[in-house]
Amino acid sequence: MSTDNAHGGAHVAHHFKDATQQYDSGKEGIWLFMVTEILMFGGLFVGYAIYHNMYPEMFSEGASSLDWKMGFINTLVLIFSSFTMAISITFCQKNDKKKAAMALATTILCGAVFMCIKYFEYSHKFHLGLLPGKYLDVAKVGAEHANLGLYFGFYYCMTGLHGLHVLIGMGLISWCLIKTLRGDFSDQYWLPVEGVGLFWHIVDLIWIFLFPLLYLVG
Amino acid sequence: MATTSAHSDENYINCEKGLWSWLTTVDHKRIGVMYMICVMFFFLVGGIMALLLRLELFAPNKVAGVGGVLSDGNVYNQVMTYHGAIMVFMVIVPGIPAILGNFFLPLHIGAKDVAFPKLNLASWYCFMAGAAMAIFTFFTTRIDTGWTFYTPYSIRTGTATAMMVMAAFVMGFSSILTGLNFIVTVHKLRAPGMTMHRMPLFVWAMYSTAIIQVLATPVLAITLMLIAAERFLGIGIFDPKLGGDPVLFQHFFWFYSHPAVYIMIIPAMGVVSELLTAFSRKVIFGYTAIAYSSLGIAAVSFFVWGHHMFVSGQSATAGIVFSFITMLVGVPTAIKMFNWVATIYKGSVSFEAPMLFALGFLFLFAIGGVTGIMLAVLPIDVHFHDTYFVVAHFHYVMVGGTLMAIMGGFYYWFPKMFGKMHSDVTARLSFVFIFIGFNVTFFPQFILGAMGMPRRYFDYIPQYETLNKISTVGSWLIAVGFLIGLYTIVQGLLKGPKAPANPWGAKTLEWTIPSPPTMHNFEVEPVVTAGPYEYR
Amino acid sequence: MAQNQNNDRNHLHPHITPMATYLKVAGVLFALTFLTIIAHHFNKSLGALAAPVAFLIAMVKAFFVMAWFMHMKDDKVLNRVIFGTGFFFLFVLFIFCAMDLATRVMEISPL
Repeated sequence: MSTDNAHGGAHVAHHFKDATQQYDSGKEGIWLFMVTEILMFGGLFVGYAIYHNMYPEMFSEGASSLDWKMGFINTLVLIFSSFTMAISITFCQKNDKKKAAMALATTILCGAVFMCIKYFEYSHKFHLGLLPGKYLDVAKVGAEHANLGLYFGFYYCMTGLHGLHVLIGMGLISWCLIKTLRGDFSDQYWLPVEGVGLFWHIVDLIWIFLFPLLYLVG
Repeated sequence: MATTSAHSDENYINCEKGLWSWLTTVDHKRIGVMYMICVMFFFLVGGIMALLLRLELFAPNKVAGVGGVLSDGNVYNQVMTYHGAIMVFMVIVPGIPAILGNFFLPLHIGAKDVAFPKLNLASWYCFMAGAAMAIFTFFTTRIDTGWTFYTPYSIRTGTATAMMVMAAFVMGFSSILTGLNFIVTVHKLRAPGMTMHRMPLFVWAMYSTAIIQVLATPVLAITLMLIAAERFLGIGIFDPKLGGDPVLFQHFFWFYSHPAVYIMIIPAMGVVSELLTAFSRKVIFGYTAIAYSSLGIAAVSFFVWGHHMFVSGQSATAGIVFSFITMLVGVPTAIKMFNWVATIYKGSVSFEAPMLFALGFLFLFAIGGVTGIMLAVLPIDVHFHDTYFVVAHFHYVMVGGTLMAIMGGFYYWFPKMFGKMHSDVTARLSFVFIFIGFNVTFFPQFILGAMGMPRRYFDYIPQYETLNKISTVGSWLIAVGFLIGLYTIVQGLLKGPKAPANPWGAKTLEWTIPSPPTMHNFEVEPVVTAGPYEYR
Repeated sequence: MAQNQNNDRNHLHPHITPMATYLKVAGVLFALTFLTIIAHHFNKSLGALAAPVAFLIAMVKAFFVMAWFMHMKDDKVLNRVIFGTGFFFLFVLFIFCAMDLATRVMEISPL
């Protein structure tokens, strides 16, 4: 027996007693999942911090080959996409289907721009022979430090895992976009957009730390 | 639409028929049963590995015919690794939470299901996918690193390590989702009047375990991914070749794996709390202490992982710090033991199979726990590390502890889950064989370890032969015990008499509904006005 | 029918953050990103302080994202506790590993 209110009301699953309990439960579950993302990425940050401390000059050499301008643009792109993601939730809550869809589409677009810039960065590095770990030929690259491959191992793992999450986020936001266009969301049901939004903000958060640590603190 | 009337036989098992209805179910009870079948199968596989290992160790290799069951050390390493990996990742970590937790957590708090039923089914599929990947490695080059995947060997070895770590990764995801589900369920879906302090202690145990699952497993996830990255890209984080540190791998690995052993034991303690109070017909002694000690163990468990690394190359300072904190974790555990004994004292005790397993737990876990404290003492561990003393210690807590509790829990809740009574006689017989067999197998290993026999070796010097023989014979007794147990369960399912709603006279909410329960658990939402153990 | 919807737990009352707030937060984040770059140009004169300064600015940006974009300011305390716990245990992982590495003593074999 569903307990819908008027039009566009939320369907309350049978094991919840009302829509508030359903919403609060969903929110809490999403936050718990975000904790796991923090701990997973955090492990990489811990490893990075330790080795940066152990090999400061080698990390400096590695960081100098990164183009901070591209990282800077990517940071602005992601912050802007976080903004559009946040306002898409507001539009859903105001029953403004069109503006919500436009905000979501813009977010996806920003993600695509981010990935394009990433692609240029990666291909430029491959061209220079700046490959991860064992594939970095020290002689060919003219590296000062023999273990420069360690730095690029971190670089590709951290930005690669982050990039994978950008792609996953884009997929999830596309799913939200389709549901928005179908009119599934309203001021009584918007939790999936909020949940995907939280995921996207985590992706932004991680980049906010990645950018200075990798590109700037050389 | 159908409301089951008093005489209707409709329950969660027969309400929908066919394999597809099970594979697409979102009913927590059905999911619990599916986990049960799969985990029991994996336990069989891991157990056969163990029997093979013990057979190889029956005699030193130079004894013709008997001493060389497994062709060589490489094969031994593989069997040893699969035994550990299967038992850890596919039996004991999912074990009680996925089977009994899934089935009974919602019932214990008066809920209709867990908070996210579809996510629950996704958990099961993750688990099965990971298990399939793990089993698949068996048909490739196999793994031989030990379940701990220490670097740099796990980076260099030619075996199917990358696939195995990915399998563990996928199964870890299942663990995270289950933990997440349980936390929200406990927070949000308690029936009216069911305050946190009126929940059964089994629920407190599941809750504490769930917190560990959510916090610890992601670090394992990244560690496993980094092994794969090391194997494919040689990134160097754990490899001395590029200035990486193998000890850092151990830090990352044990940051998860130590709390993981508490994922294995805390649920068992939850089961024991239920069994002791039910079969003593007496309110549990020190409810609050036991409840909060579960949380306490979960919290402290995150600060002690370095005790696995005393001789690995971590600094002496780190060793001392970890040693000290490890001794602290014995305190909440001991609190539970004393409260349990006080519960039985002056109770109206009966000795059906579930109670025998609970009492067996008290005895065996005491030994396992105390030897753990011994190992926490740094200089003692320097002597005992990587010997059979450690093997005996963790088998006492994991088998003597968790497996005893799981058997006791199975026999206790079997009537509720399947609506049939199993034979208590054969169940008690299985206990006798398992309990005696267990001690015969593992007690000699304490002595072997003190005498210096290293673990993970496929051969040994003649001085160790007698005790090894005794140990192997013990393993056969354990096998018989579990076969009798399997017989008990199958015979109960096929021919057991119909079970009443409350065969044990226990007081928690699951005994107020029919055996087996209907699909929606409670026809009328329970309103709770008292604690869970109001026997007198 | 407009019953007493305030007490109806089936009727959700979304907390809608004003557009102006979002715009201000986005502006602050953009500004802080520029600040990060400016600080980077003083890299050499900051010396050993360069990393902590960059990290600090990043933390301030993270706070703004969490508080307003992720709605933590308007959310339940429990969700904040949950999220904070993650960072706490990450810190535990870091501090013990760092302690180990910082206190290692190079030993030369006497053999």
